[in-house]
Amino acid sequence: MNGTGDGLVWLDTPAFPKAARTALADPQLRGNLRRATGTIRDKRLAVTGELGDWEQLREAGEALKRRTLRHLDRYLEELERSVTAAGGTVHWAADAEEANRIVTALVQATGEREVVKVKSMATQEIGLNEALALEGITAYETDLAELIVQLGEDRPSHILVPAIHRNRAEIREIFLNRMVPAPDPDLTDEPRALAEAARLHLRERFLRAKVAVSGANFGVAETGTVAVVESEGNGRMCLTLPQTLITVMGIEKVVPTFADLEVFLQLLPRSSTGERMNPYTSMWTGTTPGDGPQDFHLVLLDNGRTATLADTVGRQALACIRCSACLNVCPVYERTGGHAYGSVYPGPIGAVLTPQLAGVQHAASLPFASTLCGACYDACPVKINIPEVLVHLRAEVVDAQRRSRHLPTAEALAMKAAAAVLATPGRLAAAQKAAALGGRVLSRDGRIGRLPGPLHGWSDARDSPAPPAESFRSWWRKNREQS
Amino acid sequence: MSTRQQILARIRAALADVPDDERPESVPVPRDYLRSHAEGDVVELFAERVADYRATVIRSTPQALPDTIRRALTARGAVRVAVPPGFPADQLPSGSWAHDEPPLSVAELDQLDGTISTAALGIAVTGTIVLDTGPGQGRRAMTLVPDYHLCVVTADQIVPDVPDALARLDPARPLTFISGPSATSDIELNRVEGVHGPRTLDVIIVTAPS
Repeated sequence: MNGTGDGLVWLDTPAFPKAARTALADPQLRGNLRRATGTIRDKRLAVTGELGDWEQLREAGEALKRRTLRHLDRYLEELERSVTAAGGTVHWAADAEEANRIVTALVQATGEREVVKVKSMATQEIGLNEALALEGITAYETDLAELIVQLGEDRPSHILVPAIHRNRAEIREIFLNRMVPAPDPDLTDEPRALAEAARLHLRERFLRAKVAVSGANFGVAETGTVAVVESEGNGRMCLTLPQTLITVMGIEKVVPTFADLEVFLQLLPRSSTGERMNPYTSMWTGTTPGDGPQDFHLVLLDNGRTATLADTVGRQALACIRCSACLNVCPVYERTGGHAYGSVYPGPIGAVLTPQLAGVQHAASLPFASTLCGACYDACPVKINIPEVLVHLRAEVVDAQRRSRHLPTAEALAMKAAAAVLATPGRLAAAQKAAALGGRVLSRDGRIGRLPGPLHGWSDARDSPAPPAESFRSWWRKNREQS
Repeated sequence: MSTRQQILARIRAALADVPDDERPESVPVPRDYLRSHAEGDVVELFAERVADYRATVIRSTPQALPDTIRRALTARGAVRVAVPPGFPADQLPSGSWAHDEPPLSVAELDQLDGTISTAALGIAVTGTIVLDTGPGQGRRAMTLVPDYHLCVVTADQIVPDVPDALARLDPARPLTFISGPSATSDIELNRVEGVHGPRTLDVIIVTAPS
């Protein structure tokens, strides 16, 4: 069963090739992304380079995720037992609609009309805020970047920093125009001043909040401990002050033992914000009398994850710990930004995760939104072989298209023609001769910008080198074979 | 069939390639990574790494601690200060403190200038202090709502790296890992300090004279 949810695939945005073209034409966006990803790449390299055993840590992380996924049923049952024994309540949600229904009912049971939220990809994926709004419940995002996106009525464009596409001047404008009450009109665009404005804006909400909704970075099967990794303290506020805490966690976020966190707490901060440790990590196990929320609910979310698990090549994408290192190193992401991917999961990991969670037919362009350069695989702290999954999914997209069409695509015809040409040396030689002649007519400075007829689909996004005047095979015959 | 049963059944069907007799432990996890990346003196390393986050590090001794605390509070202009239950009374300078017995309301905590606490342990390589709500640390809100946190760590509480820290901690207690003051990287991916958590963090490291 495929995943659903307003955030998983944005239905009102065009497919990647068209959306990317729009994004590439925006010099402000490209400048913002170049600066931000450049900064974070340098920081990540500096702190991962400090650890001589970084590769061993990656391998341990990869293996722990493999162990967990291969025995996911067992670990989820263990997690449920541990959380329940510690005073929490576990719920299971097959898709976005069911998860939203569970969370809405839990909020309604408290009698509250507003909730504070810790940044969470899972709740973005299922479109929780929109679902709550339909029931008259207001969800306040408290992470700074999420707040910028929410106030700007914008969409997230990065896993870690959803407002990465905005620079400081744009953020100042959003704050001045959208915050209620309005901030001091003398607000500057200094990051420190903007952070202060966010603090003032949210302070009262934190202090009066009765219900919080969070995601989870890790859920420990052995102990029932849930961990949230953050920077600003908005997470601590939400996880500590309210009476009711509702945590929505993808089923793949379970880890076997508390000690296993020693691997992930080293891999995650260094890979994501490029720090030795993020400012705050909170861990809680059920409820604690006299400290923090006295009512804790853990919603375990499938939403396409079991379908992804069924694909023996693609399931490795479920190992993702949402660090976003693959986005920051990706040459495609750096140029198009996250919105072009049309999902809350952009970048290389999004290109393999979104089509699998939603079903390839709902995100068919994403496996092609990559140059297969492999930078993402090198950066991934749990060694997800993203290029391998991309190629695998491309084949699935082509197979799905073949099944759904009566007539073959232009690409399929071209491949068939190429197969025929390459089958015999004579045909190849004839084709090369013809291409050399045709190429000279079409090329400019040795490159062909636009191929004729149905071949333009290939040349729309790339130049082709002009074919040489003479093929290597014919040159060899003339110069070497006789001697 | 309940959703729970459905999801578990789908997982089992998805894992048809996993042999029935495979146990989780038979999926190998290489553990050849280092237990610690600390080199040299762990207390010095801890002090250096905490300071990297723009927290202020103050060195003291058991004898000088009350005076060190007094001077730190004065330097920060912190007058209304909370002291959690179990904080050793003989380590405090003379003065009046807000106590959490009966528990302070969120609004009362918000009126305070700061909180003094002990810690469960410190991690040298990452410059992290960990609170587990044990004696002298208070419930989580006490070291969260006030804008200034003065944390006292003794040298023998400092462990080299993350694996040693987790081995010593009890996950049944609420745990808070703190690495520097509240910060964000959300504006152009540059780190700036000071958002929702305490904007000022001072760490006193207490070392017995040898």
